[in-house]
Amino acid sequence: MKKQRKYAKPILYTILIIYALITLYPFLWAVSASFKTFKEITGGGASIIPKNFTFDNYINLFTGTAKYTKWFFNSVFIAVTGTLLNIILNSMAGYALAQIEFKGSKAFFSLLIATLTIPGQVLMIPNYLIIKALGFMNTFSAIIIPSAINVTYIFLMRQYFMSFSKQVEEAARIDGVSRAGCFFRIALPLSRSIIATQATFIFLGFWNDFTKAMLYLKDVNKFTLPLGIQATQSQSSGFTMWNETLTFSVVSMIPILIMYIVLNKYFMQGLRMEGEK
Amino acid sequence: MKMKKKMNRNMVSDHIQAYTFIGPAIIILSIFVYISIFVAIYMSFNQVNLFKWTFDFNGLDNYRRIFTEDRIFKAFSNTTKFVAVVAPTQTVLALILAAVLNSKIRGQKGFRLVYFLPTLTSSTALTMIFMFIFSISGPFNTIGMALGFVKEATNWLNEPKVTLKIIMIMNIWSTIPYYMTIYLSALQDVPMSLYEAAEVDGASPFKRFMNITVPHMKPITSFVFITGIIGTFQMFDQAYIFSNGAGGPQNSTLTVALMVYQYAFSLLNDMGLASAVAIILAVVIIIASLAANKLNKSEKLYS
Repeated sequence: MKKQRKYAKPILYTILIIYALITLYPFLWAVSASFKTFKEITGGGASIIPKNFTFDNYINLFTGTAKYTKWFFNSVFIAVTGTLLNIILNSMAGYALAQIEFKGSKAFFSLLIATLTIPGQVLMIPNYLIIKALGFMNTFSAIIIPSAINVTYIFLMRQYFMSFSKQVEEAARIDGVSRAGCFFRIALPLSRSIIATQATFIFLGFWNDFTKAMLYLKDVNKFTLPLGIQATQSQSSGFTMWNETLTFSVVSMIPILIMYIVLNKYFMQGLRMEGEK
Repeated sequence: MKMKKKMNRNMVSDHIQAYTFIGPAIIILSIFVYISIFVAIYMSFNQVNLFKWTFDFNGLDNYRRIFTEDRIFKAFSNTTKFVAVVAPTQTVLALILAAVLNSKIRGQKGFRLVYFLPTLTSSTALTMIFMFIFSISGPFNTIGMALGFVKEATNWLNEPKVTLKIIMIMNIWSTIPYYMTIYLSALQDVPMSLYEAAEVDGASPFKRFMNITVPHMKPITSFVFITGIIGTFQMFDQAYIFSNGAGGPQNSTLTVALMVYQYAFSLLNDMGLASAVAIILAVVIIIASLAANKLNKSEKLYS
């Protein structure tokens, strides 16, 4: 029995470390490539440490012809607006389903559940035609509005609000606070951590979206980061500017990493809350 | 009497509040989901020409073509292979990793931070990095030749036998952390005393994993596996970026979702057929997830 325990720990650590290396290697490679010259990247060396350390790739992002800065801020705008809309609308819908007794609440609930079973491909074509008919083509609205709510997070919020005691609210309402007041002044402030969880994943979804941007954004000035990266890579037929592509891939990850580290506390809190339920 | 009146007024205001609160969600879903489904079904029975904007009813023609055209068959076969490999692998590996992380390990936080990286990264950036790794000048060749499993530098992106496998590896690698996190938070519910009791009884870590962790995680496994099936059946981004939308080389990265896109939005200009394929895909996904759910439930009878 003692023998077993002696073996177990090193084996577990080995598994964890090997998997950490498997996870990190592609990223390390990309980061190191972003400090290499084009010649060295395509020269076929396997060294992680650049031979001729250079900042040229990063300088080129801002001085070259590709509109990296523009794409970056387009992505920021879409992700921030989309996330804010989702937080407000998902919480409102979740709150109504959890706390208010109204006619049709069960029907609405089933209608929402039903949407989860429908794969995106079925909706892709009609959505495209609707976006076109609404005049949203080549605008950020095409990306933000259809995704301004998210059924999964409506459920999450509903579940969270259901755990709220109705007594607090009833007391507040007897004191003359309106429903909207209860929602904005009592319910929302109490759900900060679950909102942070929601916001993290929704922001991530908008930031990393490729399909919608590719379908709806045609003007180079309107591109988002992922679309811009893909366009840069594919334009150069057969001859990829790996230094630019990889550097920009690295840059595109920085805001998410910062957000993940800053919001990590809330993020883990949210997960713990889920686990304790 | 007065009381009742007040309640009624409250109920009216409750209804107004409720509908305003849930309204935006319902409006958006109505337009982009409910109406869209009917449009998709209608289009699947028509020959649609987007350039001329004509809809000609052609009955079941589109559906018939799905079962006769080789390229469509190839897309379905690629996708099925993809799902069959990726969905189970990612589920099993995510559970194992979560269990390992959940045993009293130092630096758990650090490992989690590292493991989560792929989930944070866009499919575009990930695909770029993987494409470079497997390109002619990429490290896969360099390392492979040094270790002897690659004979000569090859551009693996042009090898039809390898391309789908690269996307499989990339997909498994990038989705594991998300599912691992789900498992990890569910594992907090399993009482530590169970493990401690088993340890006192002399059960090996492997036995503890099989007899405590796996059965306790059954509902989560079902969720992860079905989510995985649904996600992998719809794989689009990585195949599109990998092949720049073509599904090549030699249709080796052509997935059903990518083919739907091609028929609808490229010069093929056949939105009716694309809609029919999308609907068949939806049916396949629903059947597969129901089957997976049933399989998981029936297993319960024996354990």
